[in-house]
Amino acid sequence: MIKHESKSLNIKILSLKIRLTIVSLTVVLAAFTCQTAIADKSNNTPASKSDDKVFNIGFIELKKDPRYKKNTLFARFMGQALGRPYAGAALALKEIKFHGTELGISFDLQHAVAKKEKDISTKVDELYSDGIRFILVDLPANELTELTKKYSTKDIVFFNISAYETELRQSQCQSNLFHTLPSHAMLADALGQYLISKKWRQVLLLEGPLAEDKLLTEAFTAAAKRYGLKITDKRPFELSNDPRKREKNNVTLISNGDQDVIYVADSQGEFARNTPYQTLNPNLIVGSEGLTASAWHWAWDRHGAPQLEKRFEKKNERPMTNIDWAAWMAVKAIAGAIQSTKSTELKTITRHLTSDKNLLDTFKGYASSFRPWNNQLRQPILLTTHTWVVDRAPITGFLHQTNNLDTLGIDQRNSQCKF
Amino acid sequence: MNKQTLSLLTLLIFLLTFTLPSQAKGTGYIFVSSEKDNSVTVLDGKNYSLVKVIETSDRPRHLAFNHNQTQVYASCGDGESIDIIDIAKLEVTDQIEDIDDPEAFDFSPDGKYIYISLEDDGALGVIDTASKKMVQTIEVGEEPEGVMASPDGSSVYVTSEVANMVHVVDTSTWALKANILVGKRPRRFAMTPDNKELWVTSELDSSISIIDPKSNTVTQVVKFSPKGFRPEDVTPVGIIMTADGKTAYVTMGRANRVAVVDIPSREIKKYILVGERAWNAELNRDESRLFVVNGLSDDVSIIDTTKARVIKSVPVGRVPYMALIDD
Repeated sequence: MIKHESKSLNIKILSLKIRLTIVSLTVVLAAFTCQTAIADKSNNTPASKSDDKVFNIGFIELKKDPRYKKNTLFARFMGQALGRPYAGAALALKEIKFHGTELGISFDLQHAVAKKEKDISTKVDELYSDGIRFILVDLPANELTELTKKYSTKDIVFFNISAYETELRQSQCQSNLFHTLPSHAMLADALGQYLISKKWRQVLLLEGPLAEDKLLTEAFTAAAKRYGLKITDKRPFELSNDPRKREKNNVTLISNGDQDVIYVADSQGEFARNTPYQTLNPNLIVGSEGLTASAWHWAWDRHGAPQLEKRFEKKNERPMTNIDWAAWMAVKAIAGAIQSTKSTELKTITRHLTSDKNLLDTFKGYASSFRPWNNQLRQPILLTTHTWVVDRAPITGFLHQTNNLDTLGIDQRNSQCKF
Repeated sequence: MNKQTLSLLTLLIFLLTFTLPSQAKGTGYIFVSSEKDNSVTVLDGKNYSLVKVIETSDRPRHLAFNHNQTQVYASCGDGESIDIIDIAKLEVTDQIEDIDDPEAFDFSPDGKYIYISLEDDGALGVIDTASKKMVQTIEVGEEPEGVMASPDGSSVYVTSEVANMVHVVDTSTWALKANILVGKRPRRFAMTPDNKELWVTSELDSSISIIDPKSNTVTQVVKFSPKGFRPEDVTPVGIIMTADGKTAYVTMGRANRVAVVDIPSREIKKYILVGERAWNAELNRDESRLFVVNGLSDDVSIIDTTKARVIKSVPVGRVPYMALIDD
């Protein structure tokens, strides 16, 4: 009896189960068809319509640019390029896809590569005759200056994205040239602020033989004076294995002294790379190795930086560096000005770039804008090691009467730039 | 026969009880997500003592209740999921998987859909709540952040931090019906209770843009300038309004303050000092307490709203993001 009952109950449960399964199947099916219906409806309005006018931004680079030699890129010296900065400009394109909607324009880049130095102006002429009025320049300082001088009377502006030379913002400044890359002076000031905030005052300076190394020394010496650091000695180094030159190439010997830190001025990076842990005393290295002032670093993790870095790495399979960031920033500055002024007119845009209404998002915190006295983008500077951003300048406590970002680099009162 | 029916009935009741969501309304618990601890901290609603630390997927950020407030949905940016926390059990019991970098989200008014900003894809995702499947993605400006469904369900608002815009998505066609230019780096929304004004915070512009949802245009901009601060240090992000539509509380980020704004007059009544990088804020049900989550001091500032000052700071997990109160 009990057995029979339980059997019948089992059957009932079974039939209930079947019914439940059918019901749930129907529900699932219904849900599924409903979803398909929704999915079919996808007709998203794209950001740029086909009848949009294309606003082209130019990009000029040099094929044989010595800064991008394969060996140098492979070596991954601190502060040096890991690839061409065009990658940064290209990345910005996706971010500005909505910046032209109100004006009915979409943005694009025209990438021009000059085979040799003498081809640069031909290439830029071509861009100009295509109606391009905003050009990102990835050229060494000399070629950059030559180019901007040649076009000084024409309605065209350039953006320096890869030349750190402070003089380009001082005596050699040009009204048609904007800089998104920080100068040597800005980077040195950031480091100076950090060292003095730690009270690491005594600095031994090691300087390489190249003209670019001297520029680093100059910038750091000025920063040391500005922030009250004491340079205990300045010693020349040489990249060699010659035992007869050991006073210049042996880090243990050359680092002898009572300093807190050692500043290495090495624009190439090969000597600097071998200085940490090789010193006579347990000194920290700053400058071209150890703690380096940078415009960008992959490990910066605030203000949306990880998202930007992730997007860059996904596309380029390498970390983003200073010059990539500067190229990205230049494209964003141009498109941002067009969005804000609702104009594509050159004068309106350049006026907006240096106006205090311009609030550029550098992804480093603080709204940034271009300094009207030399067209340099004021910006926070990151103090970086190989794996981390130790601090961000302006360091807390360094104040300026109008904008704390102007504690870094050439301020209005010591500007020699005359447009 | 009778016995059989009875057994069946019992079985049915048993099944029903089992499948019905557990009722947990009004526990008073305060849930706080912590980006770097991969956890949601639960605080007691009365004495603010620690009740539990719930482990979640990586980088939990935005929190929201399900329709009948029995679960907390937590979007986990690096875990690529929305974890579903059962309030009665205080543990993650379910999950919506395979979402690429989810950030802020909102439920549709009927609870059927979850609208979510997909930070890496530069898109707004539409998830079917029941099936837990992504049914639609709509391309918007890069780094979408704040998401809000309009109360009538016809639109979804989403900010793009990079495009400086509020995108308005039509939920009947999933097309963009408006792109509204607002202050730099727009973040979060609040709708006035009469549904006549949509307020959006702009982090880099130290401002709030007030949008008329009928015309989708900005009608007014409210600037924040607490005394002694430079504009670049004032970075509004979080916003919440009282039910009577009179007061808005807006977090000032780097300025370590919460602004008390009189909604009708737009007047900023007071800046209340809180912890470092004040991020999101939440009111309890009777609006006597405001909970401000401080991202860089790893704590929550609890404000007595009648006195307009902090009465207590409670430590929570590393880099807290948002608070949600079950009362």
